[in-house]
Amino acid sequence: MSQPVFNALPESQRIVITGIGLTAPNGNSLGEFRAALLEGRSGVQPYEIRYFGKTIAGICNFEVTRHQSKKDARRGTRAGSIGIYCANEALQSSGIDWENTDKTRVGVYIGVTEHGNVETETEIYNIKQFDYDTKYWTHHHNPRTVANNPAGEIALNMGVTGPHYTIGAACAAGNAGIVQAVQMLRLGEVDLAFAGGVSESIHTFGIFAGFASQGALATHEDPTKASRPFDKQRNGIVVAEGGCVYVLERLDDARRRGASIIAEIVGYAINTDATDFVLPNAERQAQCMQMALQRAGLAPEQIDIVSTHATGTPNGDSLECAAIREVFDHSEKTWINNAKSFIGHSMGAAGALELAGNLPAFQDRVVHPTINLDELDPDCALRGLVYGQPREVADVTYILNNSFGMLGINSALIVKRFS
Amino acid sequence: MAPEEIRQAIIEILEDIAPDEDLSNLDDSVSFREQMELDSMDFLDIVMELRKRYRVQVPEEDYPQLASMDSTVKYLEPKMVNVAV
Repeated sequence: MSQPVFNALPESQRIVITGIGLTAPNGNSLGEFRAALLEGRSGVQPYEIRYFGKTIAGICNFEVTRHQSKKDARRGTRAGSIGIYCANEALQSSGIDWENTDKTRVGVYIGVTEHGNVETETEIYNIKQFDYDTKYWTHHHNPRTVANNPAGEIALNMGVTGPHYTIGAACAAGNAGIVQAVQMLRLGEVDLAFAGGVSESIHTFGIFAGFASQGALATHEDPTKASRPFDKQRNGIVVAEGGCVYVLERLDDARRRGASIIAEIVGYAINTDATDFVLPNAERQAQCMQMALQRAGLAPEQIDIVSTHATGTPNGDSLECAAIREVFDHSEKTWINNAKSFIGHSMGAAGALELAGNLPAFQDRVVHPTINLDELDPDCALRGLVYGQPREVADVTYILNNSFGMLGINSALIVKRFS
Repeated sequence: MAPEEIRQAIIEILEDIAPDEDLSNLDDSVSFREQMELDSMDFLDIVMELRKRYRVQVPEEDYPQLASMDSTVKYLEPKMVNVAV
């Protein structure tokens, strides 16, 4: 086996994770989230939204005012509040001396599936009571709905004066935000990056109605059992909100400040199906995973955990499983799991959050399970699929994190335990 | 609305748009901006809320009239005299 490619890079080109902040429907810190994943605790609840009515969703209950004034929370967006919470928590966990950090050299790169739907729907609802007179349309509409809003709110809150923008990448956005930061750090555009993804999607009725019309919205009498990837009875997606932001640095900088290094990003790939608006393409997904492996200089059998994208739709799960079989069917030590079974689909946050839920495995060597898998769909039978109970394994060195999205965007990110 | 009722209406709007501020010691003769963190978007919120809640229109050239509580109440008195509490 050849030497992994990233080992040959100078430390100024190797990118490491040194901080994590998150909010998930079942936890507002990495510790809480990880505990829920190991205890089998779902974060999906009954939910009601205007026009659509009663449904279910993954809902976050983080403390908005921990890092944001009430006024800014009112003026901004839910995605902004989620981003601000996560970025500040990530900063705290990184131990960075923020006061003495050059803010012109900090970048904010936040993945979003969509942005602006929530705010636009709310404003149309509000002017309805004034007979649609646009004189009553809020002056906050444009700053709330510009596509960079969630990243911009983070920058405003934290005084970051380097670049900030969002990366629109459907449900691959969480990974795409991280990839963007890796590239910008390698280019020397910034010295420090806040990167990941956020989702406020449960506050737009359109996403629920759209998935329902598409026949892709999950229903179940018990909300906690509705998100059931790989199960024969799966019937669609549970929409969730959430966020996860990482602090990323170049390895030499992280060492210089004596940072506690959580993981190294050793490979990534983003490609496109170019075959359908909605239906995934297993061949392209397999190519995406293979490209990430190739760039990391790794063989499939070196990957210890594959964190799947699977959302609980009949078609999507089967196709991803076909792609994983193509790449990992001969990897005897590769374990496979899924976090959406706990929290639903947190859209733009999904890639970043689901990766975070697996990172503690580097230390505790436990693979969190997929829950709600009562009757395995034969199309989703995978070697190494961990479900029902967590599994203790001999070693976890590499994690591959899949995140795919509409319009055929695929992403795979590979992280390594830092030693 | 009587002047005292208009004042209370403004206080309620300010409580909504500046929820972090303590308004109990507001000096009515001093400009809002000297006592609170309010920017131009916040002033637009005051104008919008007057429009939404009381159907009172404040044209742009009159915005300076909303500088302090005293000037705001004085300006709004004729416009809100027929507004029911």
